[in-house]
Amino acid sequence: MSTVTRAQLAETIYGRLGLSRNESADLLEAVLDRVAHALEAGESVKISGFGTFSVRQKGRRVGRNPKTGVEVPILPRRVLVFRASQVLKAAVNGTEAPAGEDEG
Amino acid sequence: MTRSELIAELATANPHLRVADIETIVSTIFDGISEALARGERVELRGFGAFVVKHRDARAGRNPRTGDPVEVHEKSVPFFKAGKELRERVNHGPPARAGAGAVGTGGV
Repeated sequence: MSTVTRAQLAETIYGRLGLSRNESADLLEAVLDRVAHALEAGESVKISGFGTFSVRQKGRRVGRNPKTGVEVPILPRRVLVFRASQVLKAAVNGTEAPAGEDEG
Repeated sequence: MTRSELIAELATANPHLRVADIETIVSTIFDGISEALARGERVELRGFGAFVVKHRDARAGRNPRTGDPVEVHEKSVPFFKAGKELRERVNHGPPARAGAGAVGTGGV
């Protein structure tokens, strides 16, 4: 299975607008950085038609080292969750999104 | 932050570009990721994360309201796994917030 990376996404931007390859790559980075920056501040990022990235606060719990079985405390932490929009979910299944459900 | 707020922020940071071009860039990126996933490919953005398609087998589910058994067909679902750098940024918060590093540095 092939993998799409920054290079291909930047190349698509390059092909679509009259920007240089360098600037196309920089703008891709700027987009990712803005998203990361908002998430870092604990803010959700909602991209219509694509999905929503949000930050969830996890409480303290007792974990276990799966190799040794030793109990270790897992401190409270913030984790990132992504919820795909109905449009994206439908796209990966090769179906049409239900009407009026582009919520996210 | 919404798509339009993202576009507005990028427009402020890049006054030499037309807003329409920034809209095209943002759409190109997210459509590009969606199209790759629709082809069954994975999208790997080092430091940010990876978008992959996971397959779920058919299973016997239940209507949560009525309790009636229903057949859930097999399906593919988009999945995002945050990269190490982004995961750490999210967990520690902005570097400017003094003392934030003391909270939740844990995990295993």
